[in-house]
Amino acid sequence: MAEKPKVAIYWLTACGGCDETIVDLNEAILQVADAVDIVLWPVAMDFKYKSIREMKDRAIALSIIHGSVRNSEQEEMAKLLRKKSGIVLAFGSCACFGGTPGLANFRSKQDIFNWVYRDAPTVVNPKGNVPQAETKIDGYRLTLPEFYEQVYPLNRIIDVDYYLPGCPPPPDLVAHAVFAVVEGKLPPRGATLAPRKPLCDTCPRNQSKPLKMEIDKVVRIHAVEADPDKCFLAQGILCMGPATRSGCGETCLRINTPCRGCFGPVEGISDAGTKFISGLAALLGAETEKDAADAVDGITDLAGLCYRFSLPSVSLKKRIPDGER
Amino acid sequence: MTQKISIDPITRLEGHGKIEIFLDEKGNVQDAYWQVVELRGFERFCIGRPAEEMPRIVPNICGVCPSAHHMAATKALDDLYSVEPTPAARLIRELEFNAFYIEDHYIHFFFLAAPDFVVGPDADPRERNILGVIGKVGKEIGQKVIEVRRRNRDIIRHIFSKAPHPEGGLPGGVPRGFTEEDRTWVKETADFSLEFARFAIQLFKDVVLANKTYVDLILNDAYSLKTYYMALVDELNRTTFYDGTVRVVDQHGKEYTKFHPRDYDKVIGEWVEPWTYIRLNHLKPLGWHGLKDGEGTSLYRVAPLARLNVGDSMLTPLAHKESQIMFETLGGKPAHQTLATHWARLICALQAAEQNVEIANNPLLTSKDIRNMNLKLRNKGVGCVEAPRGTLFHHYETDNDGIMTKANLIVATQNNAAPICLSVKKAAKAFVKGPDVKEGFLNMVEMAFRAYDPCLSCATHSMPGTMPMTVNIRDHEGVLVRRLTR
Repeated sequence: MAEKPKVAIYWLTACGGCDETIVDLNEAILQVADAVDIVLWPVAMDFKYKSIREMKDRAIALSIIHGSVRNSEQEEMAKLLRKKSGIVLAFGSCACFGGTPGLANFRSKQDIFNWVYRDAPTVVNPKGNVPQAETKIDGYRLTLPEFYEQVYPLNRIIDVDYYLPGCPPPPDLVAHAVFAVVEGKLPPRGATLAPRKPLCDTCPRNQSKPLKMEIDKVVRIHAVEADPDKCFLAQGILCMGPATRSGCGETCLRINTPCRGCFGPVEGISDAGTKFISGLAALLGAETEKDAADAVDGITDLAGLCYRFSLPSVSLKKRIPDGER
Repeated sequence: MTQKISIDPITRLEGHGKIEIFLDEKGNVQDAYWQVVELRGFERFCIGRPAEEMPRIVPNICGVCPSAHHMAATKALDDLYSVEPTPAARLIRELEFNAFYIEDHYIHFFFLAAPDFVVGPDADPRERNILGVIGKVGKEIGQKVIEVRRRNRDIIRHIFSKAPHPEGGLPGGVPRGFTEEDRTWVKETADFSLEFARFAIQLFKDVVLANKTYVDLILNDAYSLKTYYMALVDELNRTTFYDGTVRVVDQHGKEYTKFHPRDYDKVIGEWVEPWTYIRLNHLKPLGWHGLKDGEGTSLYRVAPLARLNVGDSMLTPLAHKESQIMFETLGGKPAHQTLATHWARLICALQAAEQNVEIANNPLLTSKDIRNMNLKLRNKGVGCVEAPRGTLFHHYETDNDGIMTKANLIVATQNNAAPICLSVKKAAKAFVKGPDVKEGFLNMVEMAFRAYDPCLSCATHSMPGTMPMTVNIRDHEGVLVRRLTR
């Protein structure tokens, strides 16, 4: 019998939702387990790092890596898996673009530490302790990975072969990606394994879009009872659909909730935020300055909206500090 | 020469962590540390975001228990906007929360815990996983496990878009309700889940309790800790999940305090140590007395065993009956045997299933009145739920536009952090003897924390991260003798 392709599933700074979406393959996961040999999956299986270190380079056919990079241990593991793998798939929005935890790039490491270990109302810290990379207690030396200044998407740390976005990627695209690797039917390296169209094209509300869209007033989702069949933007509710890649299954739209962009920018665009803002500006049908001011009054956190899932992929054009590489 | 043993990463848990075990010259365990190795900073990067976006951001704290964070955030918005959800909205939220309990507790039991009990604590590590469990109990049961999970996650999806990242929680309501047509499949799911819940308890009795080795393990003093316990209860002191008052009982089961979730910061303190990113919770009025249990401790525990210890009774009849059987078997209430948490978890899932059968038959379920729009911003809101891994608090403050100015989160696993450190140390002292340590014994050390179903992703919300673990064994000079990687 031919040897089954080896697959590693690993998490960096992640929430585990990407592991859950793999389990959401349900019965199909048994087929996957038959087709491949899983060599690392810490959330579910007892394989330890040592067995990976002992493998030959590129012995793993596919490493599915989810989560972004925030500390030295994650950087080390990402590099180890890169070395041992033929294909690296950046899995989920955190690995692809930094994800929601990437919003932390709005704050400094010091600011986070100050709150968590000093200022939060429940902290009791009379000695002023702060977690250290190295601590000596009763003569024992204990170490922790170094916490970086910023969050990095996977491709800032290692070369990535393919991308599968989503928070999390839906099971149909997951199965499609895994079997594409097993059957060797992969698109050119660097491709995103999801549809190329914007979400609006597959939105069930698309037909309700007026011919000429104009927003008089932006309203916040909690303050209105949204029409469940009408385009959100036509109702003045901000929706990232026009600037976001399709493939999610439109599940948020079906529960009457606007898109927040977890699938990242559409094909050929690297920054969904600027794309959305330029589109939005064109929709605000203000004639006077006062109209314009009224129209945008409901826009409260444009940066947090436009870059909800992708801040590290656009804000890190600057050089990564030496201490962090 | 002393030795240090590392288990790295610790596995079958949610997040990143490691265990350091230090041995003396004779190879006996001197000390052991359970370390959480990451941090993410959610409390800080939420600042500046509109409060109504919080239920859409916090599920990323943890993709295993995202429904707990989503619901705590939604309830914090209720409080922030001084609004009660409509009766139908509350019912729908409870249905979702129970469905989440069911799928979450079973994924832990069958995927993460059962490998130790069904396949065996010292079985071949390559077999010690869900596939090994299915191999032992048969594919048919494996398919049932998959089905109960899928069906309950369909309920979550119907209301909140995605099970691994729920969306759409609103102050005073829910984004989507049910029709009479939907009721048919909701009822089928509830009935199927109740049947499964009874089956799972029977399986536990047949496979675990009928095996003396496992029972001895559960009753082994190495897996016991005498601490305070915290959980939510209703006005009759019955164990509840979605809503309630926070109750704390002492090591003897006596009520220590009962408080409104808004007063959480008067009772809960978070101690900081330099060797771990996680903050160590304790009862603030008692002061921090270090990692010790028994008399004089200020540590408390949360999660399934705590829920059963804290409530005077369970809310539903079958779950209550099973809890009485559990306490009789363990020798009384409160029960301090950490591994009994697995049993208590199955009883909590049973309560959730019983409640959902009731909800599925409630006429109110299909009401269209699912939003209360009477919102009055009061700049501060606290949301509290009894999450599967324990009591969870979200505290938000905003400016007059409802933009976040402050966030403080007390997360389930963090409540258990100090007791987990202690449990790991106790198990290491009992089972590890150097220099040649068998892998199975190290797994028995891991079992000490796995019972808590610790979610380090959650616990490190304040820093970036998740939690596979390592065990390092070091000699008395701190030299690494063995790193456990299997």
